[in-house]
Amino acid sequence: MDMINPTVVDLSRFQFALTALYHFMFVPLTLGLTFMLAAMETVYVVTGRKIYKDMVLFWGKLFGINFALGVATGITMEFEFGTNWSMYSRFFGDMFGTPLAIEGLMAFFMESTFVGLMFFGWDRLSKQAHLAVTYLVALGSNLSALWILIANAGMNVPHGAHFDPDTMRLQFDSFVKLIFSPDAQAKFVHTSVAGYVSAALLVMGVSAFYLLRGQHRQFAARSFRMAALFGIISTVAVITLGDVLGREDYMEQPTKIAAIEGLWHTSKPPYEPWILAALPDDAKQENHFEIGVPFVLTPLITHDFNTPIRGMHELEDAAAPRIESGIAAVSALRRYQETHQQADLDAFKAHEADLGFGFLATRHAPNQDVTAIPADALQSVVEQTKPDILPNVFVTFWSFRIMVFLALYFFALFAISAYLSLKNKLERNKLILKACMWSIPLPILATEFGWITAEAGRQPWTVFNTLPTFLSASTHSTSYMVFSLAGFALLYSIFIAAELYLMFKFARLGPEAHDAPHSDDAYAAHCAVVGTPHASGH
Amino acid sequence: MELYALLKLIWAALLCVLLIGLGLMVGMDMGVGTLLRFVGRNDGERRTALNIIGPHWDGNQVWFILGGGAIFAAFPTLYATSFSVFYVVMILLLFSMILRPVAFEYRSKADSHLWRASWDWVFLVSGFLPMFIYGAAFGNILHGVGYHFGWTGQYYQDSSFFSYLLNPFAILCGLMSVALSVYQGGVMLMLRAENPIHDRARRYALRGGLTAAVLFIIGGFFITRMQGFVFTAPVDPAMPASPMHGQHVAMVAGGWLHNYAAHPVLWLLPLLGLASMVGGTLAARMNKVILAWWIGLGSWIGTIGTVAAAMFPFFMPSTTTPDQSLTIWNSSASAYGLTCMLVVALIFVPIILCYTSWCYYVMRGKVHTADIVNDSHSY
Repeated sequence: MDMINPTVVDLSRFQFALTALYHFMFVPLTLGLTFMLAAMETVYVVTGRKIYKDMVLFWGKLFGINFALGVATGITMEFEFGTNWSMYSRFFGDMFGTPLAIEGLMAFFMESTFVGLMFFGWDRLSKQAHLAVTYLVALGSNLSALWILIANAGMNVPHGAHFDPDTMRLQFDSFVKLIFSPDAQAKFVHTSVAGYVSAALLVMGVSAFYLLRGQHRQFAARSFRMAALFGIISTVAVITLGDVLGREDYMEQPTKIAAIEGLWHTSKPPYEPWILAALPDDAKQENHFEIGVPFVLTPLITHDFNTPIRGMHELEDAAAPRIESGIAAVSALRRYQETHQQADLDAFKAHEADLGFGFLATRHAPNQDVTAIPADALQSVVEQTKPDILPNVFVTFWSFRIMVFLALYFFALFAISAYLSLKNKLERNKLILKACMWSIPLPILATEFGWITAEAGRQPWTVFNTLPTFLSASTHSTSYMVFSLAGFALLYSIFIAAELYLMFKFARLGPEAHDAPHSDDAYAAHCAVVGTPHASGH
Repeated sequence: MELYALLKLIWAALLCVLLIGLGLMVGMDMGVGTLLRFVGRNDGERRTALNIIGPHWDGNQVWFILGGGAIFAAFPTLYATSFSVFYVVMILLLFSMILRPVAFEYRSKADSHLWRASWDWVFLVSGFLPMFIYGAAFGNILHGVGYHFGWTGQYYQDSSFFSYLLNPFAILCGLMSVALSVYQGGVMLMLRAENPIHDRARRYALRGGLTAAVLFIIGGFFITRMQGFVFTAPVDPAMPASPMHGQHVAMVAGGWLHNYAAHPVLWLLPLLGLASMVGGTLAARMNKVILAWWIGLGSWIGTIGTVAAAMFPFFMPSTTTPDQSLTIWNSSASAYGLTCMLVVALIFVPIILCYTSWCYYVMRGKVHTADIVNDSHSY
């Protein structure tokens, strides 16, 4: 059997994390801005006031700059499962590929086709038809997120599929279980409203920038108010759904929730504190110091006062018999692959539920062959495999906390901003305006850490409790990985530089004058001032 | 025929439709990208060319994304294995594909000459390279690729990428795919642009169509002499979809002609391809632009159909372990997965075709350079 190259696995993980985190810098803004654009355009169509069309055009331009990178980097994601996670794709593709393909058919096609009309169709469509197009773009981008998160939930809680020894993969058996997975539903709402928070803070922050400089005041004040209201509702929703997700993890992924809470030993309700800050040490399996709030953890996770939450040491011990049974499952499965005898199949069926834990032992088995572990070495292999069931606690613990602390900060910021905006006291509070402006990147940071919490917390599995990450990667050479990583690093750096340059350029330029009788004329005048390229005669 | 075998067959046919749609629609945009620096001599002309496909490129590109998604869902083992064994070229394809959306959106948003000239080069590379790789991939799977599977289903590659990247047949296929895309892009520019872009585009469309026809004929001769793959024992189309066991395959010179020998009616496919390439060129020459555009569809049906008819039921044969060659029968999803996907496709594909046509209808008509350069929101 060919040996696993840990460097290639690590580089594959690094590349996936890099490209996914990068992709997710742009997606949340797309999710939220489309709905904000639709809301602004609705007001325009209902009231007929040009200022709202100006808002759609201006924020639409920033949306377009951001959207292009969301689309571009999304292509990478769709192909990377095949190029770098071959075993995963073959093993889980029967179920996982389905939501991805539906995403293309139902959502991405709609979003991409209508976004062209949204930008180019102003003069060719009636007001109402254009509004409908804008809503279809918003609907498309959000449906897109729905299907991607259904797919992701399948990795975290693989309901709706069973292992088939004849094809050596998980076979899809329930579309209903896949799409109505509680994890998928909660994830979708949590993630998309996190996108709305990002978009709201972008609009609020740029508007604050204009208010601070006394530019485009009417335009900025209106945009600010809409964004603040949109933001406060979204933040409340994001926190509520985050709580639902936490409970979902507690039911389905006990290792993830224990790592998130830095809980090495099973909790003692009701006193058990919720740890605010700690220094988890993965090697020694303990926290170096802890600051906690007593009586909070149990109700926070379990929604009652007396259910203990299993700690990581106890989870490790509970995994030992599963690892041993899993080793038997893998051995029987291999025999079945060669003999196709019913006896071997029966032996496999007896241990089928623990198959993933058998695969997990691969790295500690002599010659990485789980099927040939000598009887006297079995216990030591099991002992060595036990700690592998835990994710990296430090990363999971702190990613979660950064996300949560940021969410609480957004709640406060939106609440104060909305209050001041409604009371028309905004322009006197320079400090709040500055805070809004400087907070623009923070929701993106929060969503990134949310993703790290969910996916780092899923480790060591790609398909939870079923397929280990180190077995999932393609068997590339290190040089292939260096080639692709270098290319991604180079391209993505150029992209982000170009995007930031354009975002700053157009944000500084500001919306076109909206007090002119016809905004189209105003645009033409604006173009003449800014200097369209053909006229400048380069 | 068993239901499962029928489902596999339907999805293989749908995959062909997707590959044809991809070649036609994405190819058209790529052709415009490749031609951009040649049909547009100044910034205004280049922007006109870009804005002709501006409202549609994003929707068209979904053919590409959907192609990936459909292979993943319907033939997961093919997706997992082909994308990994072609790693270096797949990554190059990805790089050029992700540069394109950015180029569209960013090119005309800043005024500097260097900025725009750089993005114009990006259009050339990101138009030419993906179509070249698309064609070369077909060349390579006709040749077969060196790989085998371990008992867990993990693939292992047996030959380095240089051996397949640099073979004359793959290069020929790549160039032919580029020629078809130049033809389609040129015709689209003729449809929507005025002079001088129109006449330049026509010149390139004619060259593209003829080049494709010549390369198609040469490619045909290559295939007749190539090592094809054939089953040496009967295979069950409804078999459990696993490449690890269940089939016996041999390599035979001229093996790719066996299907044509058994069913001579298949010769209509290469004939359709060749006739379309020649006929399309003539139509473009006579300025029958809309006719020429639709004939372009015939070229793609003929080309992809020719390859599919030759290889059926093989997808990606293995030269080192022919028994583990990927076929329609052993690389598909489960019956349940294929059924779900079929239901979804039957609902959404007609809807997609409706709104895509509507978008083209809304944006119909000539694109004028003067309108483009005066609109700060255009590409």
